[in-house]
Order: sequence, then C-alpha cells, then structure tokens
Amino acid sequence: MRKTIILVSTILLFSNFANQDAEEILNRIEKNMSSDNRIFESSMTIHGVRSSRTITSRTYAVGDKKSFTEYLSPVREQGTKMLKLENQLWIYSPGTDRTIQISGHMLRQSVMGSDLSYEDMMDDRKVSEIYSATVIGDEVIEGRNTWILELIAKVPDVAYYKRKMWVDTERYVPLREELYAKSGQLLKRTTLSDVKQIDGRWFPTKIVYKDVLKQGDGTEFNMTSVKFNQKLPEYIFTKAALKQ
Amino acid sequence: MIKFLLKGLIRDKSRSRMPVIVVSIGVMLTVLMHAYISGFMGDTIEVNARFFTGHLKVMTQAYATDMDQIPNDLALVEVDTLREKLSDMFPDLDWSPRIHFGGLIDAPDENGETRSQGPAIGLGVDLLSTGSSELNRLNLQKALVRGKLPQASHEAILSDNFSLKLDVNPGDIVTLIGSTMDGSMTFYNFIVSGTVSLGHEALDRGMIIADIGDVRIALNMENAAGEIVGFFKGGFYDDDIALEDAEMFSSSFGDRPGDFTPVMKSLSQQGEMGTYVKMVDVWSAYISLIFIFAMSLVLWNAGLLGGLRRYGEVGIRLAMGEEKGHVYRTMIYESVMIGIAGSVLGTAFGLFFAWLIQKYGIDISGMMQGSSVMMPSVIKAKISRVDFYLGFIPGVISTVIGTMLSGIGIYKRQTARLFKELEA
Repeated sequence: MRKTIILVSTILLFSNFANQDAEEILNRIEKNMSSDNRIFESSMTIHGVRSSRTITSRTYAVGDKKSFTEYLSPVREQGTKMLKLENQLWIYSPGTDRTIQISGHMLRQSVMGSDLSYEDMMDDRKVSEIYSATVIGDEVIEGRNTWILELIAKVPDVAYYKRKMWVDTERYVPLREELYAKSGQLLKRTTLSDVKQIDGRWFPTKIVYKDVLKQGDGTEFNMTSVKFNQKLPEYIFTKAALKQ
Repeated sequence: MIKFLLKGLIRDKSRSRMPVIVVSIGVMLTVLMHAYISGFMGDTIEVNARFFTGHLKVMTQAYATDMDQIPNDLALVEVDTLREKLSDMFPDLDWSPRIHFGGLIDAPDENGETRSQGPAIGLGVDLLSTGSSELNRLNLQKALVRGKLPQASHEAILSDNFSLKLDVNPGDIVTLIGSTMDGSMTFYNFIVSGTVSLGHEALDRGMIIADIGDVRIALNMENAAGEIVGFFKGGFYDDDIALEDAEMFSSSFGDRPGDFTPVMKSLSQQGEMGTYVKMVDVWSAYISLIFIFAMSLVLWNAGLLGGLRRYGEVGIRLAMGEEKGHVYRTMIYESVMIGIAGSVLGTAFGLFFAWLIQKYGIDISGMMQGSSVMMPSVIKAKISRVDFYLGFIPGVISTVIGTMLSGIGIYKRQTARLFKELEA
C-alpha cells in the first residue's frame, strides 16, 4: 500500500513538473515570437497543383491585436489591403473600390489561395492562454534537439483542438507543428526553418504551410525583412487607411 | 354491311351513345396521363440539361470526380482550342463553355459599406457573342421580370426573388465575393441589368448570371472554363448517341491519362441524372402500362356488359334464323366501330386537355418552397407522337376483346330453348 502511494505521488509530481516545463517552454517561445510591434516584408509562394505563384506583401503589426497588410505584387493582387483589429478583419479591393468585412464562413477561405485561412490569421490569442501543454517526447530534427509538445484546447472556440509542436530545446523556436481536428484528423502541417537571430531573439524566417486536405505542394512563406519595435503611426490601423 | 351496321348504331342510341362515351373517357384519360407524365419527367431532365448537365459535358478528369463541389481550380484550360476540336469531331452538337461558381453577392449602401448580402449560385455563359444560342437555351428573355438582359460587360442578371431579398434594383451595383481559380478571394463589381424568374425554386433562391468574359476576369480564368457543354442541334437528348460520343471523345485522349485530361460525360453519366434518366424511362413505361391496363379492364368490361345487355336481341336474331357466326361477327364489327369512334373522340379531347397543360402548365411552386431539387415549379404536359395512337390500344382492342368474350355465349345458345327464353 505504502509503495503504491509513493508510486502514484511520484507520477503526479513528475506529470506536474512536465506540465510546468511545457508552460515554461510556451512562455519562452512567445518571448521569441511576439513583440510590441513589427514591420515585415514577405514573399509567399503558393505551390498549386498546376503551377506556383509568388505574392509579396508588407505587414505592420502591433502586438497580436492589430495588423495591416498591403499586397505589393503580382499586378492582380497589387493594392489589395487587409486590416485586422482585434477579432475583425476587412479587405480592401482596389478593383471594386470596396472595403468588405470578412466574417462567418468566409474566414475559412484561403488567404490568396494559400494553405493558410483567414481564420488562421485571426486567432491572435496567446497559445498558453488557449491550450494546455504537455511534453510528450523528444526528437532530433535537422540536427537540432527538440521537445515534442502536445497542446490540447482548454477553450471551446479554437480552430484546432489539438496541436503537436516540435520546439528547439536551445533556441525556443518551434521547428515543426501539426494541427488536428477534434476527431484526430490531421488538418495542417507547418515546418519552420532559417532561424535567425534578430534584435536578440531567435526567429524563423521561412515557414512552409501544408493544408493536408488540399491539393498542391503547400505554401512557402519567406520573411525578406523583419524589423521589431518600430514607431508605427496610429492612422495605419484605421479603415480609412485601406483606401489610401 | 358496314353501312348497315353504322346506320344501326346511329339510330339505336342505346347501342352507341353510352359505349362511345365510356371508351372516349377512358382514352382521353390515357392520352392525358401519358402526355402529363412525359412532360413532367422530360421537363425535369431538360431543366437540368439546360442549366447544369448539357446533353454532353466536357470537363477535366479531376473536375468530373468532384463535380458537385464546382472545383474551378481543376477547370479546363486552352478552351478555345478544345472547343474547335469538339466542333470538328461532333458537328451535330452545339458547344458552349460555361463556368459555374459560388460566392456571396454584396450590395453596398451609399458609403460603400455592406447593406445586404446573400449566398449565390453563379453561372457564366456566353451572353454577348453574336450567334450565341445560350440566351435562347436558358430562356432568359422570357424569364425577364425587370430591367433588361446584359448587353455589355460588367452587367449581370439576378433571380428576382434574390434581388428582392437583397433590395437591389436594375441599375444598382453589387459586388461578387468569390474564389478565383487559384483559390484567392476575389471581388468583382456587376451592374444589375435586370432580374429573372427562372421558374425553379432552387435557382430562383439566389442566382446570378453573367457573361463568361466577366466571370473569367472575376475568377482569374482566362481562356479557361469549368466545363464545355454540348447540346444536340435537333434539341432532343438521345442517350444512346450521347454515350457513343462520350466514349469516342474520351478514348481519343486515352494515351494521356491524368487529372487534367478532358473527359466527356453524357447527361445520363452525370451524378444522379443517370439514375433519373433510367428511372424516367422505366417509370413512364410502368405508369403508362398500368394505366393502359386499368383502362383496358374498364373498357373490356364495358364491351362485356354491352354484349350481355344485348342477350335478348341476339336471341331474337338467332330465332329469326340468322347464323351464329354472322351475329358474332357483326357484334365484333360494331365494337370495332364503337372503339374507333370512342378512341378518336377520346384522343381529341385528351390532346386538347394535354395541349392546355402544355401551354399554361400547372403551378406547383407552393409545394416546392425550400426545395433544393431541380424540378420545374410549373408542370407542363408534353404531347408526343405516341399520344396520337396510344389511346387506340385500350380504346379499340379492349372493347373488341370484351365483345369477343361476351359473344362466345352466342354459340352456346340452343335454338330449341330460344322461344322459352323469349317468353320469359
């Protein structure tokens, strides 16, 4: 009996430590990945079934709540702008001169035909606030030691019930992620690479998204320029800025 | 003798009036029922053909697999070249590229903000080319409720119910929010040139029809199309020829299998339409047969009763020395005449009522509210060649068989007992 009590207590203690470690890992990741504000230019190459195309954009973001993206090329997408304020999203289309709010099922649409949905872009809550994390193992990826974290949603309104995240043990940057539905079906796979140290933080500058339910070879997202903690004028984050 | 029998029938109303009325009512119902069933079943097929399936349709292999989802990312490309090839291979068919799409129609207020919005089924067809037969095929001129049909690019028509729901009038601008061939979200402005009532609940709920040129720009589908539909120039769908054509076309690409290889499907090979075409053939035959059989029984019975009713008359004729065979034959001749007269009258009335239903139809839209099935909301009959002779089967044959059966009794009667029977 005494042995059993000691065994159960030990398991509980260790699982508690494991959870605490996982929470700590998430906090360290957030310190690396989030910032007060940032400006980045990126190119997004969408590898479709028939061909690939590249879209370039410039994004201004304040925390996780506000962001403004302007598409720079190709010609068809040039001038399209996107404004995210909290949980609202507007798109300005220069061809129609209309600003339209994206809501409801439209949020599930792909962003510019990529493997990312607007819903993916909209979820601005911290991972540690909406998921319970557990370290379930470790693995070596591309020569880097990683912990494997299993994240289970603790709030009901999340796009992905379960996530598996491979986190660099040294740099605290995710290197791979798998997103699952509640049924256990794998929905998306993300690979992060080209980790660079920018302003004292480790940051992946290349992300490959693959919607496993979609044909094609995924979407490659390259950050060509990243600047943290810049001075951003407040007017950028208004609907009026979309038409300018 | 025929003249003599005719005179007898005309002068003795009890031998002609009622039998002719019974036969003509039965024949009228048979003709009317057949035309009604043909019209209803055929109309449902034609509606689907005109708007969705065509008599034949060319798509990519991958598009054909997920056709219900309208996967425009898997659409045909280099459509002009393919269309020329189709016209050369199948000169008896008229080929037209089409793009089906889904999306939201957004109506702005004076500040450009969303005033109303609703989901729409979209159809891009060749509306602006000279010589295009799509306008007539879709019957858009007759379906026009308000405004006019598109006459320039950027113009589109909405289903009238949809326009009322969105509070949009001809001349207003609406924005299509859809998805391009690459999967990007797209926005495109259309001027509502007019509104139409297509007479089909599923379409009238939320339809936008625009020229394929505009839809190609909107969905980034230059020289591409979800499908190329073909219609027999004769106007009628022939499943056997369609299946042969589909096989011939698909085998011409047999050496290049792949997701984007064009394939041809006949109307009966597309989704539930195949089952429906087979069902229409079988049902039409069954329903017609059951009805003809039922009417045959009624008319046979009428013939039988007619024969029995004339029991006394036959007795007197036999007593007067007329041969049994002669009596039997004259009764059959008379029934042939009654059958023909009743069938002619019944066919005329049946065709008249069928023509009324063919011209004016029966409105069942009240029963179709909320339905997603592509069925006509006004049921119309369809008079075909068969209707001109179909009624003669129960009308003449059954009457004659009835008389023949009842007449057998003539041969069983004995002359010696005739006077005794007559005295009674």
